[in-house]
Amino acid sequence: MNPAAEYFKGIYDGVHTALIGMGITFRHLFTPAVTVQYPDVKMKMPDRVRNRLYVNMDDCIGCDQCAKACPVDCITIKTIKSTPDVDLGMTSKNTKKRLYVPQFDIDIAKCCYCGLCTFPCPTECIVMTPVYEFSEYDRSNLLYSFATMTPAEIETAQLKLKKADEEAAAKKVAAAAAAKLAAEQKAAEAAANPAPAQAPAPEAAPAPPATPAQTPEQQSPTQS
Amino acid sequence: MIETHHSQPATSRGTTLRTEEMILNMGPQHPSTHGVLRLELVVDGEIVVDVIPHLGYLHRCFEKHAEQMSNYQQVVPYVDRMDYVSSMGNEFAYVVAAEKLLKIQVPERVDYIRVIMAELQRIASHQIAIGTYGIDIGAFTPFLFLFRDRERILDLFEEACGARLLYNYFWIGGLSHDLPPGWVEKAKAFCAYLKPNIVELNGLLTYNKIFIERTANVGVLPKDVAINYACSGPMLRASGVNWDLRRDDPYSVYDKIEWDVCVGRGEAGTVGDCWDRNIVRVHEMEQSLRIIEQALAMLPEGNVQAALPKRIMPVASEAYARTEAPRGELGFYIISDGTGSPYRIKARGPSFVNLSVITEISRGAMIADLVAILGSTDIVLGEVDR
Amino acid sequence: MDQFLQSIFGDTILTHVFMSVLPLLFLLVCAVVTIYVEMKMAAHMQDRLAYMRTGWHGTLQPVADILKLLQKEDIIPASADKFLFMLAPYIVFVGTYAAFAVLPFSSSYIGSAVDLGLFYVIAVSALVVVGILMAGWASNNKWSLFGAIRSASQVISYEIPAALAVLAVVMITGTMSMNEITKFQEGGIQNWLIFGGPLPIVHKLLLIPVMIVLAVVYYVCSMAEVNRTPFDIPEAESELVQGYNTEFTGMKFAIFYLAEYANLFLVSAIAVVLFFGGWSSPFGSFMSGPWWSLFWFSLKGMLFVCLNIWLRWTLPRLRVDQLMYVSWKVLVPFALVCVVLVGAIMVM
Ligand code: SF4
Ligand code: SF4
Repeated sequence: MNPAAEYFKGIYDGVHTALIGMGITFRHLFTPAVTVQYPDVKMKMPDRVRNRLYVNMDDCIGCDQCAKACPVDCITIKTIKSTPDVDLGMTSKNTKKRLYVPQFDIDIAKCCYCGLCTFPCPTECIVMTPVYEFSEYDRSNLLYSFATMTPAEIETAQLKLKKADEEAAAKKVAAAAAAKLAAEQKAAEAAANPAPAQAPAPEAAPAPPATPAQTPEQQSPTQS
Repeated sequence: MIETHHSQPATSRGTTLRTEEMILNMGPQHPSTHGVLRLELVVDGEIVVDVIPHLGYLHRCFEKHAEQMSNYQQVVPYVDRMDYVSSMGNEFAYVVAAEKLLKIQVPERVDYIRVIMAELQRIASHQIAIGTYGIDIGAFTPFLFLFRDRERILDLFEEACGARLLYNYFWIGGLSHDLPPGWVEKAKAFCAYLKPNIVELNGLLTYNKIFIERTANVGVLPKDVAINYACSGPMLRASGVNWDLRRDDPYSVYDKIEWDVCVGRGEAGTVGDCWDRNIVRVHEMEQSLRIIEQALAMLPEGNVQAALPKRIMPVASEAYARTEAPRGELGFYIISDGTGSPYRIKARGPSFVNLSVITEISRGAMIADLVAILGSTDIVLGEVDR
Repeated sequence: MDQFLQSIFGDTILTHVFMSVLPLLFLLVCAVVTIYVEMKMAAHMQDRLAYMRTGWHGTLQPVADILKLLQKEDIIPASADKFLFMLAPYIVFVGTYAAFAVLPFSSSYIGSAVDLGLFYVIAVSALVVVGILMAGWASNNKWSLFGAIRSASQVISYEIPAALAVLAVVMITGTMSMNEITKFQEGGIQNWLIFGGPLPIVHKLLLIPVMIVLAVVYYVCSMAEVNRTPFDIPEAESELVQGYNTEFTGMKFAIFYLAEYANLFLVSAIAVVLFFGGWSSPFGSFMSGPWWSLFWFSLKGMLFVCLNIWLRWTLPRLRVDQLMYVSWKVLVPFALVCVVLVGAIMVM
């Protein structure tokens, strides 16, 4: 194209395309708005929407699976074992609850709404709700505690467990002593015929300390 | 093109004025750096002599975090947050890599749904790219038109998985949910809805004379430079390299679908200029619609979760898989030490690599051109810094 | 108007003060309306609604915005040149406002009916550039300085084709007084200069295409002078953030803001006076009179403001060198040719 033609074509294109654009914007001047007046009108949320978490504590069996699934570790669960004599009730899925849950905290400020915690829950009691308006002025208000137990209840549960544990420990000590006694007798017998008799002794010995070692770990929540 | 000239301007008295170059800080809080990128510019008046990008303002230790996860699934929400405007694309690359590592075959339905989602995401991502590019050039209205359409895609996503931006939808071996009833019809309706809007976009922005003047022949990235810098995605294709991983290294079910790879042709100026990069994105939106329509038609029934062990424990091995994310080649290299959590995950992000070429192509341009060039590379700082 | 006021206050200073404050009132109302119209137009073009909460459809929002701006903390950067920094917004505003003095708002009101009205407008609005340069320099911010320098070069370049367009009009009307130019076009829409003015029919027909080109040239220049898209490179949001007014807050920013809208109306008003009959009614003597003429003047002015808004929200922004190209290689040659053609037609 020669320069003169190019020059005039440039001007023509400039005006022409500007007019096309103006036509488009002019048309849109009269198309209805697609926005909604938010606090007055709200969009309908689909069923699967993932917003604020909610835990139905009546159903929670304290299995800790949700906390394990969480990629940002924002769920903190502490449990206390119940003694066989109490009945914590059933979940809606007809499983028996065996653990007290004195602490069930979700730090919703850390939560990334990935929803991974909701899938492994055996009783489907941790769910994502369509609530999305929960901003706070104070960050500590975003630490949601779902546990329903009062401090008194926690203490009773703890004491009960401690008692039961002590009883169990006592029983075990007694059992261990009995085992030891038996072992010694066996050893005495074995002294007569030598070598192979050493074997059962280490098997019996480590067993008793193993159980008490687990319980303090599970009790610790109540201290916090 | 504007030449850089360092000749000393003469005053009326015949003496020369002393001029010097100026260092100008662009970002990290600058509207056109698309996030928290800082560009250190050496400018001679309006002309850019050198550009030094400074990264890392958005570094969130993605790779280190991934090593701390207790299973492979937990990495997905973190992957989402890399390139936060194309989360589905990121998830796709990651799950393909993880499945390669685990040697899992996913059900067909999963593959098709993944392709549909990834292509919808590509459209959404390109809509942001073109829209913000319009803002960079000074046109605000197309941006909102594109966002209006993008909201529809996000609505579809929200319906399928419950989230609008960070989906956690692609799981290793499947998907978090099957499509809800009626979704397919809605997706088809969306395809029909979007087509005329692309035409409108072209009228309002792409073929506008001022837009062409601002972008054509600006920031030309020649073929060889693009390849040398390992550019990928629309950046590479705009330079005339016919390369698309979906076709050239097919994964998922892309080999069963028909579409065209869009290549820059230098319609308005030179091959590989900013306008080409933009038009490639526009055409890719059209092609993605084609892919979606085919995939929706071919969508088989079936399960959306492969049978997996409760705890995923790959054998000690390693795998690399790459996919064509909206911004280019996104690859994940995963090493497993035989435990349930990844030993090392390395991401090869397209934005990071594409950004590296900016210095090369913006020397001698004007400040306004630099904005145009940076916008056309379509970087997302979340992925550049990870 | 003059006589009327003098009959109340006598020939005192009070008359003159009152006369000069009137445009300010007009301008404030006009700015508020323009802000509202701009936001609403932009929003509807983009399929949204803009503000809806303050008053009916957000009508009180511009007032609220201005009140908010007035309350904001006034920050002066520590390393700024304080004196110039404080002075700059006022100079910009004064430069704009001074031009209002010669605008014929109505058949019976003109601040100062000087003979060199147009010349005065062109001269005094150049003061705005000084203010902008001061603002950019005093901010001690490289981006602001860029904006200021761009603005100066832009305004100066665009004054040339604008002045040529004005010259053509002056050649037809034979006067530089804005009131006289308006009176020249009285008597209905067919007498407007865009339609060749009240000249013999042959002249008219020949003049119409030339005048349309001149009107477009003038309008494009006026858009550049008010620094709005597609010529908003001095404050290019995506390049220079806000250009010369980046560092200004509160009251000072409000004054820049006001000056921008005042300037917008000013250039539209001049276009109206030059090509579209000023305050004269499009229906001859029907609906004319002092109040009607004020109405017509404001209406026509606002229509051109709306056109500007429409363009602003449609087009992308030019680059600095392209801006110069448009001015020197497109507008100036076209305007020159038109001036010659007008001259030829007039001596015919
Ligand atoms: S939604 Fe995700 S981040 Fe939030 S608590 Fe559940 S698993 Fe953790
Ligand atoms: S997974 Fe469910 S039942 Fe288990 S602790 Fe979490 S909420 Fe409770």
